[in-house]
Amino acid sequence: MDYSQFLMMPQEIGLLVVFLLVFLYDTFMPTKTLKGLPLFATVVFGIFTIFSFLPVPDGMVFGEMFESNKATWAMKNILNIGMFIVLLQSIKWANSDFVSIRRGEFYELIILTLFGMYLMISGRHFLLFVIGLETASLPLATLVAFEKKYYESHEAAAKYVLTAVFSSAIMLLGLSFVYGLTGTLYFTDIATMIVGDKSLLLIVALAFLISGVGYKLSLVPFHLWTADVYQGAPTMVTSYLSVISKGSAAFAFFVILVQVFGAAYAPVWEWMLYAIIVITITVGNLFAIRQRNLKRFLAFSSISQAGYIMLGVISANAVGMASMMYYILVYIFSNLAAFGVIAVIERKTGKVTTDDYNGLFKTNPWLAFVMMLAMFSLGGIPPFAGFFSKFFIFLGAAKTGSVAIYVLVLIALINTIISLYYYLLVVKAMFIRQDDCVIPALKSHWTERAGLWICTLGIILIGLVSCIYTSLSDITSSLTSMFSMI
Amino acid sequence: MPLSSTIYVLAIPFFMFLFLGLVATKMPRKITGVIGVLGMAVTTVWAYAIAFTYFFGNGEGQMLDGVRQQVVTTDWTWLSFYADKLVVKLGVLVDPISAMMLIVISTVSFMVHLYSLGYMSDHDGNPEKGFQRYYADLALFTFSMLGLVVSTNIFQMFIFFEMVGVSSYLLIGFYYGLQPANHASKKAFIVTRLADLFFLIGILILSFYTKTFDFKEIMGANGHDVCNAFTSAQGLTFMGCSVTGWALTFIFIGGAGKSAMYPLHIWLPDAMEGPTPVSALIHAATMVVAGVFLVARMFPLYVLEQGAMDIICVVGAFTAFYAAAVACTQSDIKRALAFSTISQIAFMMTSLAVSSANSKLIGGHEAGLGYMASMFHLFTHAMFKALLFLCAGAIIHAVHSNENSKMHGLHKFMPITSIAFLIGCLAIAGIPPFAGFFSKDEILVACYEKGIGWGLWMSMVAGMTAFYMFRIYYLIFFWKKHEVHGEHAPKDQPWTMTVPLIVLALISCVAGFVPFGKLVTWDGNLLETHLNLPVAGASVGIALIGIGLATVMYWKENPLPDKLATMFKGLWTASYRRFYMDELYQFITHKIIFQGISKPIAWFDRTIIDGFFNLLGNVTNSASFGIRKMQSGNVQGYVSYYIIGAVLLAAITGAVILFF
Repeated sequence: MDYSQFLMMPQEIGLLVVFLLVFLYDTFMPTKTLKGLPLFATVVFGIFTIFSFLPVPDGMVFGEMFESNKATWAMKNILNIGMFIVLLQSIKWANSDFVSIRRGEFYELIILTLFGMYLMISGRHFLLFVIGLETASLPLATLVAFEKKYYESHEAAAKYVLTAVFSSAIMLLGLSFVYGLTGTLYFTDIATMIVGDKSLLLIVALAFLISGVGYKLSLVPFHLWTADVYQGAPTMVTSYLSVISKGSAAFAFFVILVQVFGAAYAPVWEWMLYAIIVITITVGNLFAIRQRNLKRFLAFSSISQAGYIMLGVISANAVGMASMMYYILVYIFSNLAAFGVIAVIERKTGKVTTDDYNGLFKTNPWLAFVMMLAMFSLGGIPPFAGFFSKFFIFLGAAKTGSVAIYVLVLIALINTIISLYYYLLVVKAMFIRQDDCVIPALKSHWTERAGLWICTLGIILIGLVSCIYTSLSDITSSLTSMFSMI
Repeated sequence: MPLSSTIYVLAIPFFMFLFLGLVATKMPRKITGVIGVLGMAVTTVWAYAIAFTYFFGNGEGQMLDGVRQQVVTTDWTWLSFYADKLVVKLGVLVDPISAMMLIVISTVSFMVHLYSLGYMSDHDGNPEKGFQRYYADLALFTFSMLGLVVSTNIFQMFIFFEMVGVSSYLLIGFYYGLQPANHASKKAFIVTRLADLFFLIGILILSFYTKTFDFKEIMGANGHDVCNAFTSAQGLTFMGCSVTGWALTFIFIGGAGKSAMYPLHIWLPDAMEGPTPVSALIHAATMVVAGVFLVARMFPLYVLEQGAMDIICVVGAFTAFYAAAVACTQSDIKRALAFSTISQIAFMMTSLAVSSANSKLIGGHEAGLGYMASMFHLFTHAMFKALLFLCAGAIIHAVHSNENSKMHGLHKFMPITSIAFLIGCLAIAGIPPFAGFFSKDEILVACYEKGIGWGLWMSMVAGMTAFYMFRIYYLIFFWKKHEVHGEHAPKDQPWTMTVPLIVLALISCVAGFVPFGKLVTWDGNLLETHLNLPVAGASVGIALIGIGLATVMYWKENPLPDKLATMFKGLWTASYRRFYMDELYQFITHKIIFQGISKPIAWFDRTIIDGFFNLLGNVTNSASFGIRKMQSGNVQGYVSYYIIGAVLLAAITGAVILFF
């Protein structure tokens, strides 16, 4: 075996080093110093995040199972940034009384799930993809159940495991059809084998595959686990689930649909995705309107947002891919800002409903301000980043030029208006409504504040600093081999 | 200092704004103020170094065959759409006028920063609230104004145009607890914003035909190579005028809003509700000349559109007269100075508009004189008008009132302020050797070249200028003995407030000797200027007449002004009430626009638009209620939906593909 192949995966190696360092610290350091583990893990991961911006070589290794190129590199970096913010914000929580005994596991497991996502992003063989997917899913079930004391946490984990196993089974069934028809699991080989073959079995396989990844992305109707799990899980895990896990799945989804089914099956999966997007955005919105629990509310909002991310997939061109990655980046900052505020307030007061936030601006102007920015960004109000991400993703979809896609963009636009209603409801509660028992003035931990600062800067700047989108767009338009199939 | 470092002149105030606005709010006021002043001092030194390098250095391509070139030192692509068909850039352009503006803005801003240390320290004896906010806003304004003058393209200019509007709004409404300040800031914002709407339309028309926002691409490096797209668009007409004429007129309206040209001037007198140093910086020296700068920046296009130039000329000449007439009767010294500002800016506008760009000699003078004179006057006016406002601030700070009836006879109490104010008055009246004489003389020469009528008209306004300025001066410092109210007699203010007065007074004495024709011309060619003796003599004469008249009427307390006021009662009241322009606006907005236009629109909005959204909301709400059972909470249900969804997806797709 040619060991130099490992040089093609520096980000994966680096992440494993981070994992090992955290593991060694957790195992061998004296118990007294374990309090420093969260900060240690965060700092090490932060250093790794910076170093992983070093350029990586392009190419396929390990029997062409693993691809490394500029797009995968950029996507992993985007996830790293989000992961770093999550780690930063969870330091205080990880050291709280009834979690602290297991804080080592929290950091080890969460880093391992990120490793699984790396494999999903870079995998060019369904075997590697499924291994990545499972590596990313199973530890998450443990993380969801992390607050053992709470009944909700158990329930959420049970639901998560059961539905995840079910969806994996369905997806694997679909993949076995594909294997049966083509005799290979390589993306490129399948793509060449299925040209001109419109068998019903393959359509079923495609539907099952979409349902499997759609489960990770919580697309309707494969989304029903989302609200219960988001609500029950510790807030930090929820924020991780809602952005990082979703972002990696969306990228892998794009690669699979375009590279494997792009040539012959583009009309088929585009149709399927079309229907899914319409109901996902709409149903997500319809449920979000009724929620009073903020975590549950953000769960449905994230379902709806996933629908918008899928607009980037359906456009299936370089602009769509760039705008999808950009959308994920912006979404990371916006959603993590929202979850960051929720986590601070939940940790201090245990309050999580919209009504609890009445009059928050009076007592905690900065938290209210950050939450407002997050809501504006999620709702797509200019000049915040969320406006630009929505703009680019609509632009990418409209570029395909088909009338059906224009209609889709119109539906998405109308849904944006509806979504403003519930996003602004939170802002209204914080700034306009009054209450007798307002949340008292809180002093958040500096790590939480640092996380919120990063998110705030991201929300304000990413839209205005145009070179970010431009460089993503340059990267994706250089992937000629990928889009040559369409 | 290399020209490429011009960007830092902008960066320092910007970061000062962020620092003062975000971090320094909790810091002691003294330290905040000192940081603000020091930051501005660095900016000023840097701006001077840049301007010096540009005008007197060599290299970096700023001089080519004796012609000053425009140098783009920073050029970022901010947005680009449709494969670079629509590109918005942000950059820094250094050329004669922007280098000159760097000096003007940084000098006045630095003086105002320093002055405010004293002026803003207390408010009628109480410590000022929001001292840090004040300095943060000042820094924001300075950044925006600097960004405006170095814009490389018209879109960037528009962005900064809006930003100076916002910072002006914030500073006018600095005393937001007071009702008049609130109204004034809203009025300023709404009026200038309305004008900016026209500016935006003008930009859209212009860039639609020229396919670019970039000044250099439209006008060529020195304004001599206007792009073909523009000249060919001149042939297209819309309602009898060429489309480019429309575009340039609209752009001028935007500039007229900021520069308070009649009839969009109504916001400027009210803007005096802001702190006086702010009036000196924004509403006398820098922001209000943004409109003049805009026209000057696009001068090569305006000279090709004589129709637009004629409009500017008429508006400018009328505004100059109108504002001078109003200034003659105002009793609030800041209002009087505000009208004087409007009148002087109108001088600059007129001067630009009478200028021509032909290269042949006209009447013994090289063309482009009006342009040079306008920029010259902009420069000198910024200095002496800032001086006058800062003096007014010192007086107001001493007597706690804006009304000249509360002042009178202050000369004995505030001698330094009095002398500084006198220098300012002499400069604005156009008495040699003070700064205003030289620049105003060039303007008058340019006007006489356009036509004898224009020249006579502007000379008359120049005479009125001398009259009303000395009227203000005498009423403040002489007229009768000062009655001391309260415990303390007014006196000269602390050094932080006096030093800026002295510095600006010195500049006002010598600025006239700057050889402007060699530095700032419209196409970078050097311009020989001569003192035109007949015009100069006449203008000094008329100024002396004005001063003499003011001396007779206002030097010592006498019944003559009252007598004249009763004799011409109608005229005097009309002038005092600013010829009822505000009342006219009230009538138009309330009676015509609100009743006739807004009400039907409001009805349409409330019934049709809101009705549609209520319908949308109700449908959404009931749909949301209807499907809530889907989220039952049991896993069996979830999995059922999952498998039904997957199978349906496959089945429908399969059916569609196989059977159609």
